[in-house]
Amino acid sequence: MPNETSKRADVAPEPEKRRRPVLVQVEEPNLVTERDMGKMPVLQAQHLGIDFGGLTAVDDFNIAMGPTEIAGLIGPNGAGKTTIFNLLTNVYQPTRGTVLIDGYDTAGKSVVQVNKMGIARTFQNIRLFSQMTVEENVLVGFTNSMSSHLVTDIFRLPGHWRQEAEFHEKAQELLGIFDMQGLSDERAGNLPYGAQRRLEILRALATHPKVLLLDEPAAGMNPNETEELMDNIRKIRDDLHIAILLIEHDMSLVMGICEVVGVLDYGKIIAKGSPEDIQNDPRVIEAYLGKQGVK
Amino acid sequence: MEEDMNAEKKPYITTSAARRDRGEHGRKTLSMPVRYAINGVLVLLFLVLGELMIDGGVISRYQSTVIEQVGVYIIMAVSLNIATGYLGQLPLGHAGFMSVGGYSCALFIMKMAPVFGLTSRTISAGGPEVVLLVALGLLFGGACSALAGLVIGIPALRLKGDYLAIITLGFAEIIRVVMLNIDGVLGFELTGGAKGLTGIPGYTNFLNTFVVVAIALFLIHTMMKSRHGRAILAIRDNEIAAEASGVNTTYYKTMAFVVSAFWAGVAGGLYAGCIGVMAPSKFGFMKSIEILVMVVLGGMGSMLGSVLSATVLTILPEALRAFSDYRMVVYAIVLILVMIFRPQGLLGTYDFSLSRVIERVMNHDYPWKKRAAKEVQENA
Amino acid sequence: MTVLAQLLNGLQLGSVYALIALGYTMVYGIILLLNFAHGDIIMVGAYISWIALAQLGLHPIVAAILAVAGCTLLGVLIDKVAYAPLRNAPRLSILITAIGVSYFLENGAQLVFGADAKVVPAFTDITTIQVGDVTLYFTAILTIAVTAVSTIVLNLLVQKTKLGKAMRAVSEDMGAARLMGINVNNTISFTFAVGSALAGIGAVLYSMAYTQATPTMGIMLGTKAFVAAVLGGIGSIPGAVIGGLLVGMAEVLVSALGFPVWKDAVVYLLLIIVLIFRPTGILGRTMNEKV
Repeated sequence: MPNETSKRADVAPEPEKRRRPVLVQVEEPNLVTERDMGKMPVLQAQHLGIDFGGLTAVDDFNIAMGPTEIAGLIGPNGAGKTTIFNLLTNVYQPTRGTVLIDGYDTAGKSVVQVNKMGIARTFQNIRLFSQMTVEENVLVGFTNSMSSHLVTDIFRLPGHWRQEAEFHEKAQELLGIFDMQGLSDERAGNLPYGAQRRLEILRALATHPKVLLLDEPAAGMNPNETEELMDNIRKIRDDLHIAILLIEHDMSLVMGICEVVGVLDYGKIIAKGSPEDIQNDPRVIEAYLGKQGVK
Repeated sequence: MEEDMNAEKKPYITTSAARRDRGEHGRKTLSMPVRYAINGVLVLLFLVLGELMIDGGVISRYQSTVIEQVGVYIIMAVSLNIATGYLGQLPLGHAGFMSVGGYSCALFIMKMAPVFGLTSRTISAGGPEVVLLVALGLLFGGACSALAGLVIGIPALRLKGDYLAIITLGFAEIIRVVMLNIDGVLGFELTGGAKGLTGIPGYTNFLNTFVVVAIALFLIHTMMKSRHGRAILAIRDNEIAAEASGVNTTYYKTMAFVVSAFWAGVAGGLYAGCIGVMAPSKFGFMKSIEILVMVVLGGMGSMLGSVLSATVLTILPEALRAFSDYRMVVYAIVLILVMIFRPQGLLGTYDFSLSRVIERVMNHDYPWKKRAAKEVQENA
Repeated sequence: MTVLAQLLNGLQLGSVYALIALGYTMVYGIILLLNFAHGDIIMVGAYISWIALAQLGLHPIVAAILAVAGCTLLGVLIDKVAYAPLRNAPRLSILITAIGVSYFLENGAQLVFGADAKVVPAFTDITTIQVGDVTLYFTAILTIAVTAVSTIVLNLLVQKTKLGKAMRAVSEDMGAARLMGINVNNTISFTFAVGSALAGIGAVLYSMAYTQATPTMGIMLGTKAFVAAVLGGIGSIPGAVIGGLLVGMAEVLVSALGFPVWKDAVVYLLLIIVLIFRPTGILGRTMNEKV
């Protein structure tokens, strides 16, 4: 995809000057999967925190994700999981701490700029462009990859047609991930719930992210659909070589596909490790079930 | 390093099977040039027919003035629809842009006429210089209005919902007061103050009005069917998701607002040439509301709806002149009833495409067929 | 001396705006509707005063009560007929309906009373009162006093009574309020009644001072009061009062400085500047959408 290279190039001008020293992951080095050993983490956060009027919603959140890692974030309702997504994407400006995407600091960047730097997300309460068609939803994700000038577009010069055809193909390819080509001209708002969640993922992928944040991707899905989603998340990671961080309450999904799991309670990471470790960690059981649960 | 990472990426999963599933292969479609040809011929036919009827005296002078105003309000409604129906905001100052465009276009043509060797009389007579002068004037009017749109849009679009509504209302009222009193500040006559700008040559006619209408409809349509238009619609549907998908919402909102103002300015330019007098009192808050009513009645986000309701709502008051005492009361009642019984407007978001209809006929794909098939399915 | 007179002038005009702005704010607070017809309720109130005083020759106090009662009834009626069927419709549809109601009232009044201004007779013979060696206009003092009392009563009503609590609950979350057993429709009607009663009081005070009733008087008054409500932070009762007084004072000040033709522009400019720095008005609450 030649177009992609050029797009990436204008996202990161003068790399030497603006690149900050890369934060090195020192604690718990065993968490990096073998595949990503020795590669620069694609997403890092250090001491990330935010206060809402004196109330600390998230405190001292650290993460370093390898370029093709699948990580999970679990925790009771209200623990601050979605807030962390909002901090990573600059929807909320963090009170403390740093976020680096591919080594670049996101401080002071807008949501759009952070997206261009390589982070895309879905939402817990689905936020599709419900009046637009399925394909148009994906095409909106391509907005920044498309370069046509307004004049080219409104006068329908040849460049307009070339580009529309090219991105129609690309959108169809993306829709193919979930076998959704047949729904291209359907209104997004009319899709069943599961398909809406899948479409949100595709729209996020259209922005060419390096890291994909999924906020409860399996919510409202039946076990079969969840199973399928797990395969697809792996497929996306394998085909597109991106890192995926997900929030989920469905433990079968978290334990099934995540290589690293962090547990959040009252805005703090209380445990971090492989799914097996987490399942047996007394602190986690306490957070979910209370003190009596720990025997 | 980055190049390496991209080289690793496989292309997205293949699609040919899926495209076959969608049935794109078997379906007959019209190619783009054919679509343009059909629509172009129809526009031409309409223009020629209109001209013939005016020349032949079938349409009176008065009636043709009303028809010109229909054209002006079509552009006003369709341009407001960009900001309301497509962008999902509620500007209440559209008449302000109309007046900026009207004054600047009229002044431009009045001041530049001598440069082109034209007088008021020769302008109405027509000719190639007149076409150039009027085109430049309308562009100038549109540009001034777009500039005003930019100045207003930057602070206004930071606000949400009703606050945006009131701030645009405020700007439009300021424009009105400025037009009314600017001469006293400048010390020379520019806008003519309360008595208005008089002696505007009658450069607007049926032909140039509807050529501009056709251009406006085409360009707004093509904008909405491009990446720019999709970004605008995405902001309407979900601003937060649009931002997260990389849509620079500030940029596209401002763009939509400026384009909307541009066309309102062009419409104002045509209006000035049609009426011959510009007075600030014509462009108050009520005028903005009138245009908003056209858009909402037609159906937010439907271009055809805007065109139809602008046509009806411009002709009807003229046709009902005999009942002038009652017509506004009736109008108000109709407005309330339509909103109660059809809150989404007469056409909702439905938009008409002639090419789509022709394609359906070519494929023998009629709506009633689908319904019949569905019934069969349900019965089985 | 003239400074004091101008100050009183500004306070008087501002008080009328504040009374009308309170109606906008209350209705907006509860159903998020910019009630365009609110200004026209004042126009109706002025015509009722004219009928009662000039045509029927009633006692001024009776006339004032009739005007306030008429406005209250009209406000509730408008809500029941035009807005209630649209509770779940898109907000813009309700807005257009409000515009329709406004057109209806204006043109209806023109049909019934004609386009020319009707002169509302004086409510009272007292024109000035003497405080020490300072002469004050009676209507100005009365207007300011009535506005102050109305605002205090309204505040008590909203903060201390059961109905007030219901109003606040409905404005927070209509669905939840309904589940808690609050009669939402009655609460909304009550809000319209209170807002329109305040408009009625405003109408009486306005016709006392400016003695005219025209079909279109509601537009200008309504728009200014609307601006005042937004300036103060729409949905906020103290905000409406502050906004009203600010707009009134600004108008009088600009006129007194010798630029009466620019007074409207200055009011709108004030609005724009405030909104640029405080996007939800002076006392408005910022509502952040939860992501």
